[in-house]
Order: sequence, then C-alpha cells, then structure tokens
Amino acid sequence: MIYRGKAWKFGADVDTDAIIPARYLNTSDPAELAKHCMEDADPEFPAKVQPGDIIVAGKNFGCGSSREHAPIAIKAAGVSCVIAKSFARIFYRNAFNIGLPIFESPEAAEGIREGDEVAVDAGRGVIQNLTRGEEYRATPVPEFMQQIIAAGGLINYVARRVKSGK
Amino acid sequence: MKTTTEERGINLGQTIIEKILSAHSNKHVQANEIVVADVDFIMGQDGTSPLAIRAFQEMGGSDVFDPNRVALVIDHSAPSPNEGVSALHKLMREFARAKGVRLYDIGEGVCHQLVPESGMVGPGSLVIGADSHTCTYGALNAFSTGVGSTDLAGGLISGKMWFKVPETIKFVCHGRLPAGVYAKDLILYLIGDVTADGATYMAAEYTGEAIAALSMEGRFTVANMAVEMGAKAGLMEADEKTFAWLARYTDRKFSPVVPDADAHYALVKEYDVSKLEPQVAKPHRVDNVCPVTDVVGTPVQQAVIGTCTNGRLEDLAVAAKILAGRKVHPDVRLIVAPASRRIYLEAIDLGVLQELIKAGAAVVTPGCGPCVGTHNGIPSDGENVISTANRNFKGRMGNSNANIYLASPATVAASALTGKITDPREYIKENI
Repeated sequence: MIYRGKAWKFGADVDTDAIIPARYLNTSDPAELAKHCMEDADPEFPAKVQPGDIIVAGKNFGCGSSREHAPIAIKAAGVSCVIAKSFARIFYRNAFNIGLPIFESPEAAEGIREGDEVAVDAGRGVIQNLTRGEEYRATPVPEFMQQIIAAGGLINYVARRVKSGK
Repeated sequence: MKTTTEERGINLGQTIIEKILSAHSNKHVQANEIVVADVDFIMGQDGTSPLAIRAFQEMGGSDVFDPNRVALVIDHSAPSPNEGVSALHKLMREFARAKGVRLYDIGEGVCHQLVPESGMVGPGSLVIGADSHTCTYGALNAFSTGVGSTDLAGGLISGKMWFKVPETIKFVCHGRLPAGVYAKDLILYLIGDVTADGATYMAAEYTGEAIAALSMEGRFTVANMAVEMGAKAGLMEADEKTFAWLARYTDRKFSPVVPDADAHYALVKEYDVSKLEPQVAKPHRVDNVCPVTDVVGTPVQQAVIGTCTNGRLEDLAVAAKILAGRKVHPDVRLIVAPASRRIYLEAIDLGVLQELIKAGAAVVTPGCGPCVGTHNGIPSDGENVISTANRNFKGRMGNSNANIYLASPATVAASALTGKITDPREYIKENI
C-alpha cells in the first residue's frame, strides 16, 4: 500500500484536545468530527486539507485523552497517514483499531518540510520525500497490524477472519 | 536526585505490573512479552462509551462478558449541556438497561472516584477504562489503564484484552513533604522532571517514605497523573492505609502485589522531597512545571477545585481551611466540583462545603466539572484559569485563547483569594 500526499507539519506533543476538542464530542459522526480536525493547533486545517494529505509531527503525537474520536477525525478529514517522531500509547493503539495508518520515523519527522510531496510504502516501511529526493526509514509494523490497517480497522479485520473461518 | 539504569541480567524477579499480568494470563511474563489477560473490571464514560457501544454492535456483540464487572459513568458532560450530548447519554442508558450493567447517572460523580468507591477494584486487580486517567486505581495496587472505544468494546464482549507487558520506571521518593506542599506538587514535579513522554509505553512504580506518608487521597492524585508522563500505569504497593480505605467500601478480599527484590527496572529515579516547593504547570503543557514562586502575581480570573485529580474530601478541606472566614477576590470565579455524591455529602456534614460557599464558591454537579471544556465554566479569551485538574492543553477548557495553570487545591484556594497566583505557604503553616 502506498500513501501519497502533501505534508502538513506540526510540532511536538500534539494532544488529542488539539486534534479534536471535547466541545465537539457531542457527536460520533466522523464527517462532523472531521470539520474540527486539528482546529486548536491550526484553525485553517479543516478547510485546507486535501484527500491523501499527510500529517508530519514531532514526538508524542496524540498524547492526552483516550478519545478514539481523534484518529477518527484525522481519517475522516481525508488524511492518508500520520508520520511522527513518536506516538503516545493510547493514540497508537486507537489508530490501528480504527484503521488510520501511522508511521514512527524520527528522520522523516526531521527531514520533511511543510508542503513537501511525500509517498509512504507501508509494506517496506520506506518514506520518500519526492520534493527533496530524500528517503527515510519507518519503524517496521508487525504483519498482523498491517493487516488490521488494510482491513480498515480492527472490527473489519475480526469480521473478515470470522467469515473466512481463520 | 539520582538516576540509575541497568541492563537486564538473568534474574527472573518481577515488577508489580509483571506480576499482575502474569496472574491474569496464567503464565510468568516479563517486560516486552505480548499477553492476552483476563480483565476484572471495565469502565466507560460519556465521552467514549457511545463509540464503544457502536463498536460493540458492529462486532456483533450480544451480551457483555459479566454485567457485574462493568460500569458506565455519565460524568464528562453532566447534566447534558446540549441535544447532541443528550442523545449520547440516552444511548448509554438504553445500553446499560439492556445489558444489565451499572450506570452511574448525572450527579453521582467522576468515574475515577466512583470505580474505587464501588469496592470492585483493589490490590492485584486488572482494569481497563475508556478514559486515559484510568491509571488512577494504581493507588490501590491495581493495574488499570486507559484504552480507546474499540478496545473497550472487545473487552466488553470477551472479558479479555491483549497487552504488551511494559517496562517499569521506579520513582523512589525519600523524605517528608513540607507544610503547604502536597501530593499534587510532588507529581507535577516528577512530570516536569521526566517530561510528557518520559514514561511512554512504560509503567511507573511510586515508592519511598514520602509515598507511604500520603493519604489515599494523595496517592490517587499521584497515580492519576501517571498518563501525563505517557505511562500506561502508575502503581503503588498496598499497605494498612489501602486496606482501611477499601474496608469503608467492601469486605471483598484482594491479593496485594509486592515487587520482587530482584525485579528489573528500566530506570530508577530517586528524589528527596523534603525541600520541595509548591509547583505549577504553566500553559499549555503539563510538563511545563515551575515552582509557584516563579509565577506568583500572575492574575487569574477563574479558579477550579475538583476533577478526578483533586476533587476529594481532603482537597476540599484544604481549600476550606484557607478560605474559611474570607472572601474570594471579586475578579475571580471559584468553581468547586466534588468528585462524588458521597464526598459532596461528607463535605456538607463536616461544614467544609459551607465554608467554601460562604467564601464565594459556585458548587457544580459532582463529576468532571469544567475540566474538559464541555460545560460548567468555559473561560473567555485571554483569561487565566488556575485549576486542580490534570491537563492544561490549549483549548482544554473549551477556549483555545485561554490559559490554564495547574496546581494543588491549596495553591488554587490561595490564588482565588488574592486574584493572582499565590504561594499557599502564606496561609498554611503546618500540614493538615
């Protein structure tokens, strides 16, 4: 699977209140949540993000609340994947569970600049910066977790396995 | 302060969390193994349960694994501030009724006080909750951790959860906290020291005479904020105080867990707390910590005492001691949210709440209060809030143009009195 899009850069410790503030948790509709995605970090983000775009951030992305609305809002906003120096624990697990691809890569988080065209090869764990002609490694993702992402999240993954009798 | 790291030898000694995960997966496990463990108790709140209920249905769930081991709590937006939230609350009530699980409705309190008060969780328990501060029950020698809604749904159906056994950082706190310095100051200091991701993917174990000397209320405060250093859990050993506290709520027997003398720790950090000053976390990061003396004089327009961190009886009593017979500064709104109905009533019986109200406090429904920005006191643009909560992220309290300072109940009460951040040691000469 290849994810390709324009990079939007954020700093370190982007918390789940910045990703989706609790004042918008009066709905669990992904499309509604997407309208406020990253709003407290960049108020313009929901308007300017394009399908396929990639969020690139510093360490500890997704720290704070356990709200699964955070990866849901990012996914529903059309973001194809998130690259960060590191992820907070609950966000990391939630992202896989709802099928948002995320990649840990300190070198990519350093090297990529806002607006760069980026392509991520999920299977090989390679991140290409098409604008700068650079290539970075991502921390490998275990096979079964890649399958969860490919299925679109844990629910579909389990359902498929049940269906196929595995 | 001293820091020690060591390479793992051939010893098989276990930390608290390795022992609890071993007992719940019926095998001897150590850090970095993946285990599937039995869960003793599951909790969801009104921010996260609606998504979990949807996931439960999409997974084809019919019954929950054990209705007696599940609680749903309406505390984040209680009573409901708008129609959208009302619909989510209704969904929770209907689910709870259909599945026969306990629902704590509006006014009963904040989940992390209600679960301990339920008597269902104690030493050796394994708990998951769809709330990041589920780590609070580590104060009871339980492994409890926050999960997302999909994980919660899987747990509700199966009563099981997969975990990566975490490494542990040991925090050894020597000495005795000085007058006017509290558990909140201690944990803020530790977070400032190791930073917001200093314990990511790891467990914290808190030990030493300063932890032993804390009340159970204080221990809950310290365990509660483990997640603010990224930790999966914040654990303590059980002692006579733990058992006496539990005996108020249950006669259930638990299995206390002690770490082995040769347990392996990724890191051991030692502190002498005897000269610690009151601490404040400045906007907009919980690890942006400084001594109160660095920010004394900063004007505040709103002061908040409550939340799962500091809404317990001892917290309200300290604030009442400072505010008794005095008036909150005219430029400050003081909002008080008792952590549970039980605490609310106890605070009335002891005259604590009357003192706070006479001083000018607005008391709101037991629950999360204004902490998470859904209701009960959203600050205006440019305003400064001083709060006993656990998070000061930008926008946390509902306005991204406001600033939140985190501090102990004593510091918040003293600041409410003067209208600016104030060192509580001006009012507290000896610890109560």
